[in-house]
Amino acid sequence: MRIDKDLVAASATPLVLGILAEGDLYGYAILKRVGELSGGNMQWTDGMLYPLLHRLERLGYVNATWGTSEAGRRRKHYAITQTGREALADRQQQWTVVADALRQVWHSAPRPPAVTEGWA
Amino acid sequence: MAAHAELEAQIDRWRSFVQRRQAISPADVDELEDHLREQIAERQATGLDDEEAFLVAIKRLGNLDAVSQEFAREHSDRLWKQLVLLPETLNDDDGAPPWRELAVVLALAVGAGIAVKVGFSLIENENVFARNLGLLVFPFLIGYFAWKRQLTAYVGAALLIPFVVLALVLNVYQFSPGGSTELLAVLHAPIVLWLLAGLAYVGGRWRSDRRRMDFVRFTGEFAIYYTLIAFGGAVLTGLTIGAFALIGTDFEPVLAEWILPFAVPGALVVAAWLVEAKQNVVENIAPVLTRIFTPLTIVMLLALLGVIAAAGGLVNVDRELLILMDAILILVLSLLLYSISARDSLARPGIFDVLQLVLVVAAIAVDAVMLTAMLTRIAEFGFSPNKIAALGLNLLLLVHLVRAAWLTVGFLRGRRPFRQLENWQTQYLPVYGAWAAVVVVIFPPLFGFI
Repeated sequence: MRIDKDLVAASATPLVLGILAEGDLYGYAILKRVGELSGGNMQWTDGMLYPLLHRLERLGYVNATWGTSEAGRRRKHYAITQTGREALADRQQQWTVVADALRQVWHSAPRPPAVTEGWA
Repeated sequence: MAAHAELEAQIDRWRSFVQRRQAISPADVDELEDHLREQIAERQATGLDDEEAFLVAIKRLGNLDAVSQEFAREHSDRLWKQLVLLPETLNDDDGAPPWRELAVVLALAVGAGIAVKVGFSLIENENVFARNLGLLVFPFLIGYFAWKRQLTAYVGAALLIPFVVLALVLNVYQFSPGGSTELLAVLHAPIVLWLLAGLAYVGGRWRSDRRRMDFVRFTGEFAIYYTLIAFGGAVLTGLTIGAFALIGTDFEPVLAEWILPFAVPGALVVAAWLVEAKQNVVENIAPVLTRIFTPLTIVMLLALLGVIAAAGGLVNVDRELLILMDAILILVLSLLLYSISARDSLARPGIFDVLQLVLVVAAIAVDAVMLTAMLTRIAEFGFSPNKIAALGLNLLLLVHLVRAAWLTVGFLRGRRPFRQLENWQTQYLPVYGAWAAVVVVIFPPLFGFI
């Protein structure tokens, strides 16, 4: 199952903030964690993660520090800040409302009507 | 590691490809490379070979255009590159403190100012001062390049000997006061000096067409920077004079005695430094201006030709007009040089190349009309240093333009690479220097210093 692009984009910020709330990580590890959490169903374009992380850094949600990897390469680590935790809590509330609403509407109408073919 | 040499080479190529994106900074490339290598390592662990792992990793990184667009959206400021005059990090190899260049530049700028000021107060005769002005200023400009390029003694000698010869000629020759050979020498000496500065600029590698073309670019950018500085300076002094006048103090003596003698030569060195410093920072301005002014200059040349045709030729015109038209032709030549220097030599012929050809052909027509007028004048009034100097310059321009037109036609018809047209410009440049040297060194004795 492929998740719709817009849905991936909308959930990217809370997901990254949530992952960083578990502990500091670098870019590649964040993506791996996304894969694990979604059972491999949320496929991100890897390159897009970095502009997102830089945006979160500019907004003050995360802090970035340069370190070195086991192989001795330069590696940028990201850590969530207090502002980031607040933003995450806020997003969590929003998503809860959305998820709750969706659950209710699907509960009352469990199956979407079949698409009529041939309408103009 | 030797087993993975091909992979390393691929990553290197990828790196340099990504680095060309303005929105992605070197630090971002490091970050992306770390990601890429992790991804490759993981693919390799699942049994893919280097090549396959690399391809998968690249694919997963996504379309570079889209990614770089995302970077640009986040870092739009990076598209406006900042001019860094004082690099923050020390250069590892030479360990020079970042302010050293600034200090050298300022010292040379002040030195040029002092030289002019001292020269002005020591040399009573205005004509003698005019002859020596270039000799006072240019050593500082050349000195900057000599310092910057770490010139060898050999190149230093190649610069020093012509300079000394020029200085001797300009001061030992017994010019008759206010004569035309003196005026010609004053006008042509800076050209020789500018080419000497070019020799220093290319670091002595004057045989290299690319380096010569760099010097052409430098000249164009330098002219624009110097004009901008001069314009800014004029606004500033204008405001100061106005303010002082209202207070009741006459500022003009200070301006003439102290500010101009220092500011005008000093700005020369500073402008050269700015062009050097901003080389990789912003797109060059000169090519942008050539795009605007090439069509406009064509219109101007055609109008000029029309007026000349209506007047029935140039035989009876003022010599002032001939001088002015020489200036126009030199402007056309600069336009041609700068647009060629800015063009991607691998790009296919386009509409702008056709426009350029029209410009060159129009210039050839104007030059031909001028040459006819000059020859007629010489036949009627006989030789004079001025006429021969002008005739020589116009012949040089004619050869330059005709060959450029010929090569452009060949390029437009797909028979020749653009490189040939480019090389023609750079190879021909020293001819102007040689001609200027002839006018300075040989004309005065030839015409009896009149």
